[in-house]
Amino acid sequence: MALPALAFFGVFAVLPLGGVAVLSLMAWDGIGDPAWAGLDNWALALADPATYRAIWLSIQVMVLSWLVQTPISLLLGVLIARPGRFRALLGVLYFLPMLLSAAAIAIAFKALLDPNFGMSRAFGLDFLSQDWLGDPTLALYVVVFVIAWQFVPFHTLLYQGGVRQIPASLYEAAQLDGAGPVRQFFHITLPQLRYTIITSSTLMTVGSLTYFDLVFVLTGGGPGDATRLLPLDMYLTGFSGNDMGRASTLAVLLVAAGLALSLGLSRLSSFSRGSQLEGA
Amino acid sequence: MRTRPNYAGGLAGLVWLAVVLVPVYYVVVTSLRSQRGFYDANPLSPPVDATLDAYGDVLASHFWRYFLNSVVVTAATVAIAVTVSLMAAYYVVRGTSWFSRLTYRGFLLGLAIPLQATIIPVYYLITRAKLYDTLLAIILPSVAFAIPLSVVILANFLRDVPNELFESMRVDGAGDWRMLFSLVLPMTRPAVVTVAVYDGLNVWNGFLFPLILTQSSDQRVLPLALWSFQGQFRVNIPAVLAAVVLSTLPVLALYVLGRRQLVSGLTAGFGK
Repeated sequence: MALPALAFFGVFAVLPLGGVAVLSLMAWDGIGDPAWAGLDNWALALADPATYRAIWLSIQVMVLSWLVQTPISLLLGVLIARPGRFRALLGVLYFLPMLLSAAAIAIAFKALLDPNFGMSRAFGLDFLSQDWLGDPTLALYVVVFVIAWQFVPFHTLLYQGGVRQIPASLYEAAQLDGAGPVRQFFHITLPQLRYTIITSSTLMTVGSLTYFDLVFVLTGGGPGDATRLLPLDMYLTGFSGNDMGRASTLAVLLVAAGLALSLGLSRLSSFSRGSQLEGA
Repeated sequence: MRTRPNYAGGLAGLVWLAVVLVPVYYVVVTSLRSQRGFYDANPLSPPVDATLDAYGDVLASHFWRYFLNSVVVTAATVAIAVTVSLMAAYYVVRGTSWFSRLTYRGFLLGLAIPLQATIIPVYYLITRAKLYDTLLAIILPSVAFAIPLSVVILANFLRDVPNELFESMRVDGAGDWRMLFSLVLPMTRPAVVTVAVYDGLNVWNGFLFPLILTQSSDQRVLPLALWSFQGQFRVNIPAVLAAVVLSTLPVLALYVLGRRQLVSGLTAGFGK
């Protein structure tokens, strides 16, 4: 019964997973036949400052994305978890970005952020008429912001589900003890959501290793290499630079980082599960 | 229960609402402007002389061909992915062997890996199989990438089906296939819809596989078409944004129909 699924997954996911490791030891231009190259690709990739720059940019985007998205999704999730017509409407509107393709989002923001014809003219504020995508530092922040715009809805959904599973009796007891909304949030909501926080953080950080299409259409990695994140670096090295072997070394790094992150975070979650049992 | 209103939450909620809606509004009003109007008007003002010219430009640029390609790729991927995932979910939930547990763990692990990192070997496989620049080239890996999450969500749901139902059907002499169609499918229908909507969204909006596995405009799907419209229309921004609107309309319709299913199903799938 599981055979068809395993066949698909095996051929197009597991096999390629091993394949990147093999291809990282080959020289291949993407057209002819791959030829054995030993550790050449690795030596080149690890000696190239561009590799470290891409890794460093990816780490920055990962951390910034987490810092931006987690509080927003948490707050919004709590906000729309409770019943009410207005909250339900908010929920419907909040989830709109989930429907758009990354290409569509990138194109929309590119137009919106255009220094000459974009939103700067709408409000007449000089501060808005910066060259958002032309300045290296600003461009990275714009990328983080647009990624948040795209992914906050999904994480809001997770937190909304998490909040709805918190027993109402906890809040009633707290209310009797005279705890206000702020204390309730920090003493009940937040601790009760810890598994949701871990799930959401895992998906967010591992997901940040796959930010490709949005950045590709929005900035193409530029200006210069200011937003050339690791996945984009892999694509450009392989498919534009015709150096599939070297691109595969970057792919191996991505897989290793993803595995390390999710295993690390799942250990964290089982650890907190254990200590929760001890406390009970 | 609570009497004091939550001002901080409410304010944050409204700010984010503006953050979400301003770009969406901007895309829609700009798509209704003439090219002249785009340069003259305040970008956020309602269009004075609204026109569908931009939509005409898009529809005259082989839009329907790209649309049809997207429909084919999405429908085929969802149909295959949901079918094989449901079969696999049945196996990992009802199977008792070590292999069924291993299978489940394998799919779980599949969720933890950034599968996009495998595009180079996938490209290798597709070119060697002489499938490059066909819609099938997009469908096959898209199915594979949809499977892990689909199996996990369906399996979580299937675990809640009471064992007695399976037992009584077994006593009646039902084989695996009858079990699948007469019991599993009806009982997991909400989860099946969730998975189908979620997989469908991902494939409809997918950009990476079409980018690396197809080339000609005959095989172009919508997200890729949006990207190439940018180069083609250049300064005709209303047309580019009209294409964005057109490519989103079918998904919006789907969302209106299946929102509850998507939301509740995803929450249940990740909640465990």
